[in-house]
Amino acid sequence: MHKLTKVPLTLNGLGRCFITEKHLSAVNIIRRGLVGSENGRDSPKTEVYDVIISGGGMVGSAMACSLGMDPNLAEKKILLLEAGHKKIMDRAPDTYSTRVSSISPGSATLLSGIGAWEHVTRMRCKPYKRMQVWDACSDALITFDKEDLLDEMAYIVENDIVVAAITRQLDSLPENVQVKYKSKVVEYTWPMPHHAAESIPWVKVTLASGETLQTKLLIGADGPNSMVRQKLGIPTVKWNYDQSAVVAVLHLSEPTENNVAWQRFLPTGPIAMLPLSDTESSLVWSTGHRLAEELLELDEESFVDAVNSAFWSNENQSDLIETAGALFRGALSAIMPSAGSPRQLPPSVAGIGPKSRVMFPLGIGHASEYIRHRVALIGDAAHRVHPLAGQGANLGFGDVACLTQLLSQAAFNGKDLGAIQHLLEYETERQRHNLPMMTAIDLMKRLYSTNAAPAVLLRTFGLQATNMLPTLKEQIMAYASK
Amino acid sequence: MYSNTFGRLMLGLRSLKAASSCAATRRAASRSGFSRAAVWRQRTLRQQRSACAGMQQTSRSASHTTVDPGEVKRFQLLANKWWDEEGDFAALHAMNDLRVPFVRDNLLNAQTERHPGKPLAGLRILDVGCGGGLLTEPLGRLGATALGIDPVEDSVRIARQHSSHDPDLRDRVSYRACTLEELSGEEEQTETRFDAVVASEVVEHLADLETFAICCGRVLKPGGSLFITTINKTNLSYALAIVAAEYLLHIVPRGTHDWEKFVSPVELERLLESNGFLVQSVQGMLYNPISGAWSWTNSTAINYALHAVKQDDVDEDSGSPLGDQPEATHS
Repeated sequence: MHKLTKVPLTLNGLGRCFITEKHLSAVNIIRRGLVGSENGRDSPKTEVYDVIISGGGMVGSAMACSLGMDPNLAEKKILLLEAGHKKIMDRAPDTYSTRVSSISPGSATLLSGIGAWEHVTRMRCKPYKRMQVWDACSDALITFDKEDLLDEMAYIVENDIVVAAITRQLDSLPENVQVKYKSKVVEYTWPMPHHAAESIPWVKVTLASGETLQTKLLIGADGPNSMVRQKLGIPTVKWNYDQSAVVAVLHLSEPTENNVAWQRFLPTGPIAMLPLSDTESSLVWSTGHRLAEELLELDEESFVDAVNSAFWSNENQSDLIETAGALFRGALSAIMPSAGSPRQLPPSVAGIGPKSRVMFPLGIGHASEYIRHRVALIGDAAHRVHPLAGQGANLGFGDVACLTQLLSQAAFNGKDLGAIQHLLEYETERQRHNLPMMTAIDLMKRLYSTNAAPAVLLRTFGLQATNMLPTLKEQIMAYASK
Repeated sequence: MYSNTFGRLMLGLRSLKAASSCAATRRAASRSGFSRAAVWRQRTLRQQRSACAGMQQTSRSASHTTVDPGEVKRFQLLANKWWDEEGDFAALHAMNDLRVPFVRDNLLNAQTERHPGKPLAGLRILDVGCGGGLLTEPLGRLGATALGIDPVEDSVRIARQHSSHDPDLRDRVSYRACTLEELSGEEEQTETRFDAVVASEVVEHLADLETFAICCGRVLKPGGSLFITTINKTNLSYALAIVAAEYLLHIVPRGTHDWEKFVSPVELERLLESNGFLVQSVQGMLYNPISGAWSWTNSTAINYALHAVKQDDVDEDSGSPLGDQPEATHS
């Protein structure tokens, strides 16, 4: 039953992605209009903001900062609501945090555009120049690198550091951007699409403190369990992978250059080692819930052994696959002798950071709509992905860049920032980028979750062939680094 | 489906015209009351402000009897739909993508100061035939002090109500139910003139463009800009606006549009230039009924936009700025 409902929703999503949006827009607007509208009459003295952003995580605070720094939006009143307290950080803490993100060059450009990237680089981040992905069931591997290893492929940055850097920038902005920390939203009241005579046309936000705010545009950046999305009743295509991610800070047995991101597909899920410094890496090990719990229970030494064997062991390989893979690789290199790249081995792990082991459940979710009348969803509130491609934060920052540009243009054209027209453009543009990415990540996850011979052969050949085709790889990298 | 969307365009434009044609009838009345000679006299007597004011008063009392009750009634039914972005006025909402930048950029070209976030700050703009304020609000949001006038009171009421919710607009945008002639008389008394006059999708319904041009000249500051968007008088516009919309698709009642009143850019240009304006640019506009979007085009065969600038003193004493005049008049 659950699966059945997923199919039309996915189709709906894909349809919206590829068919010209204009045909659908009228229908959508009507549908959107019908959802939950009621209007309380409040004292007219409530403050009206141009934009309220709900959720001050990485993506939400980047949104506030990006809007606040846009010259066309200089006169707009922007408010960021964050349930947590303010995180001030002058320098990086001594220990590494386990929650890290892979920041693509595209996201780094956005962050440097709002002035936060220099704070990040001053505090702590680790660029990597190469990524190696390989299969536990065969010898197939694929490497991605920028030419001559000169350019950075992406950066591994702790989420806390990103938030702290943006917070610092927010503080430096003039009064048009305000932040309310420790503010919890208890209710949203949605306006009618074309308001009847007397009613208030703005979105009303009621805080736990009893305070009521009004806004012309509400941006929901409140994470995968978005309250904004739920209150709007936007249907979400989602399922859990029956997997959890175990994260930890790994200490390497010896210092290395450590500029490669490693990922190996085990039949139970992908395991990734992401560089943090010359001697430390971050572990993201996606696996079944039970195995994840067992991994948490292990003592430190056994855990380190488990990690090493996950990267090094050949126990899942079969002779058949190995022979077929070797033949295919031989054939390929006969055609293109120079292409492809040699296999490298990941560094071995000696220990883990104290109390750094944490697990959290994994899932995928995609809101079938990113917008409603006077509301837009960004980041995980709109789309949640498996961490295997390191794209979660980047998709969110992509939303920020796109929405900022459209709102800036709308303001320069004298438009109502909450008008549906440019919000529809935002939705079309982002779904066109996000959906293929999410589909690819999901397919990859599924293809690698099995050790059945046909699937293994398919992915072995696919991976090897892709590895031999530099132009295809460049395109993949270009798409992922947006 | 295409025909449907197309029909919506025509209906949308038509309904606006219903509004502006009321203004037209009033203007026509003022003209018939005084004949062309009166208009010419009006021009020659422009410096004698008191005489002019007297004329305006007469024209106002005349206008009350000439407004077509049928048009007003039909328009009252549509008044609530002004702000439905996907409704009858969708094409007009979409036209903002062209006409707001058109007004903004031409005004910015003449300015040296830059106000980030409020590019039109400090400018006074008059929107003639504002309807529900579809164009007045964006201009206000860009920082201009915008006044919208329209003879249909229901539209003005809707426009007022719509802008009243927005604190950004409360102080910048205002509306009045009156005609351009009425306003041009008063404006001279209050000596507040406009940096720009916008008449979007209005002039094709005016019976007397000459009076319109004269009145625009009177409410504008010297060097002020006049922006007009309208429909050309071509075979193509006849085919689309009259034959297709009224006879083939039956979306608009027969006889709604009067092709004879459409005006070609050449004619409009001649008329404006003979009334003290210098035409700066004429650009064609094209509506795509499938995507519902407007775009600029080289051809002015159907819709076009025009920008003219009031020359400093064509009918005035040379060297004396217009702003000084009213004081003298009223003392």
